[in-house]
Amino acid sequence: MSPLGPLLLATLLFCIGLYGVIARRNAVLVLISIELMLNAVNINLVAFQNLLFPDEVAVSGLMFALFITGVAAAEIGVGLAIVFNMFRNRASIDVDDVDLMRW
Amino acid sequence: MTGHDVIFVLVGLLTASAAILTVTSKNLVHAALFLAVTLAGVAGVFLTLAADFLALVQLLVYVGAVAVLFLFGLMLTRAPIGREALDNQKRGLAIAVSGGLFVLLSTLIIGAVGSGALGETSVAEVAGPRIEDIGIATFAEWVLPFEVLSMLLLAALIGAIVLARPESGESGEEAEVTRIEMGDAPSSEGPQPLPDGSAPELTSGQGTEGSS
Repeated sequence: MSPLGPLLLATLLFCIGLYGVIARRNAVLVLISIELMLNAVNINLVAFQNLLFPDEVAVSGLMFALFITGVAAAEIGVGLAIVFNMFRNRASIDVDDVDLMRW
Repeated sequence: MTGHDVIFVLVGLLTASAAILTVTSKNLVHAALFLAVTLAGVAGVFLTLAADFLALVQLLVYVGAVAVLFLFGLMLTRAPIGREALDNQKRGLAIAVSGGLFVLLSTLIIGAVGSGALGETSVAEVAGPRIEDIGIATFAEWVLPFEVLSMLLLAALIGAIVLARPESGESGEEAEVTRIEMGDAPSSEGPQPLPDGSAPELTSGQGTEGSS
């Protein structure tokens, strides 16, 4: 099995997630797009580990993918809490409205 | 092209189309459900890459927990339905940036794989590490990042609770005021004299409650 397929699929997923981050307005949908990008990176890591370096003792690719999964779970928890706070304070979760720190 | 590759192409097509539907869907709940399909498809990709443990972790954490969390997030924040309300006016810019990045990266990847810069690229039999190897690596080489990750999860848990909780001062005060007003309501016909004949205190809710 060639690594070309997984790498192209990961690139496609990453670019779809990038499109979502730029084009979406709803903060929850932006978080969903960020999840897509993180999953694309996971596919890349697993493909490199299992197709190019299958005999490595410290399974670095799989461990990095596991750690990214854990960090993404933490990020989603804190991100949704921030979104709830934003919704409570201004009754809208459009990211275009949150420009308080823009100079 | 072996049967393995055919399965990978099918799962990859499912994943990619579900991902496109995730970012273009007009309905928020549909977007979250398409995200769940995409994450399950990524788990299928992990299975075809012989990473069984990671596929199960993906199903547990992402499809089981994160998708449900997103559904809760969409239900708790009232959001409008419709593409104009969900997307901003930069769709052309977004298509240009992401499409350009995709063309650039895929050109680089195809060039690198085709030129043999990655070494021995075509593997006949995909083989991943066994689960016991992953466990030994976790607690031998990666034990410090593992513990740091657990501390990060704990900090994120506490931070999410603190952030999402209603502000402590106001809600407590409001509940107290409501209770006193409800207690005051029956005595609206006028202040009753206390049993010892003295006039009751008008401002104190507790005095009125004690007299009735």
